[in-house]
Amino acid sequence: MTAAGGGAGVGGKVDDKSVELFLGRLLRWGVLLAALVVFIGGVLLVVEGPDVPQNYRVFRGEPVELRAVAQIVHSAIGLHALGLIQFGLLLLIATPVARVLFSVLGFALERDWMYVVITLLVLGLLVYTLTSHSGI
Amino acid sequence: MNTLEFTLVVALGSFLAGMLGSLTGLGGGVVIVPLLTLVFGVDIRYAIGASLVSVIATSSGAAAAYLREGYSNMRVGMFLEIATTVGAVSGAFLAGYLHTSMIAIVFGVVLLYSAYTTTKKEAGATTGMAPDRIATALRLDGTYPTDDGLKSYHVRNVPIGFGLMYVAGVLSGLLGIGSGAVKVLAMDQAMKIPFKVSTTTSNFMIGVTAAASAGIYLRRGYIDPGLAMPVMLGVLAGALVGAKVLPGAKVRTLRIVFGVVIAALAIEMIFQGVRGKL
Repeated sequence: MTAAGGGAGVGGKVDDKSVELFLGRLLRWGVLLAALVVFIGGVLLVVEGPDVPQNYRVFRGEPVELRAVAQIVHSAIGLHALGLIQFGLLLLIATPVARVLFSVLGFALERDWMYVVITLLVLGLLVYTLTSHSGI
Repeated sequence: MNTLEFTLVVALGSFLAGMLGSLTGLGGGVVIVPLLTLVFGVDIRYAIGASLVSVIATSSGAAAAYLREGYSNMRVGMFLEIATTVGAVSGAFLAGYLHTSMIAIVFGVVLLYSAYTTTKKEAGATTGMAPDRIATALRLDGTYPTDDGLKSYHVRNVPIGFGLMYVAGVLSGLLGIGSGAVKVLAMDQAMKIPFKVSTTTSNFMIGVTAAASAGIYLRRGYIDPGLAMPVMLGVLAGALVGAKVLPGAKVRTLRIVFGVVIAALAIEMIFQGVRGKL
């Protein structure tokens, strides 16, 4: 998986290195894409939004359309400023999740089943936090 | 202040926080929460939500540079990530029940510790350690590039490191920070992993831990788009600029200046928390 990894991988070091470089680029493009979506949402917010910013001194909590994944996607498709920003933030949260997902594949290619299980456990926890209904 | 002015002022503050965080290696997260709560009067729950988002942005944004160097140890990172994600879930759970003043006080104490770590030097190399039974079973030992070629190292004290990582996760979920200082403490001091390997592996872990917390904060409605937008864009831009000017910067002086600033913010957070103002 990595040049610094301990186990003997079937893939060999050159492949490990290229997987790492690919992951690095994937993460950077993911972050830039997320930032772009957030920026577009921000421009819309400043142009169309309320004149006075929300009072953040008082905590109210966000409405459900800015909290749940499906509703956020729906709001973003409708090009609502806040929905777009929230969708960009979801993309951002997804970048480390994608990294973990690709690590599962990387360890599987190396036939390192112990780490496939460990990584799947981490992935499961991440997916759970994003989808559980209780909000824990 | 109208929406545009508010957005620009918060973005500028976040830009400076991101740049300082990148130059000193502490990350922008540690100053975002004090900046938003003490300067802009934002409720600490909104501040933590926005901070978490910026922590992910800097971690994922910097990963490309770190991965190229070949220092990070994916097995160590992934194994310890079990502890930090479970910790992050516990921390985010706690955040929903603790009084905000209490969170502010805990934040201040952790901030003081971060300020203290800026004054310390890098620990020396820890090669030549004997193999450890648990680390061997988990295949955690690795190699890292040095001027004299690849150098191998043995990972030690896995249970202590794992426990410290759980604490790092709790703090991350409770306070919306990357907990980089605690992560490096666990790997560098407890597990005797070389400093460069600890810091780069920690960078990867910070993003995953923060993503676990951010998922819960989002579902709870703690992440406000109007606030998170300028914070995320500002910190990300600041971190990118910081990384560009890093080679020519007087890092030592900066670390001391930043350490003093953080210590002052920490004391103010504790003070305001005790008075029940945050």
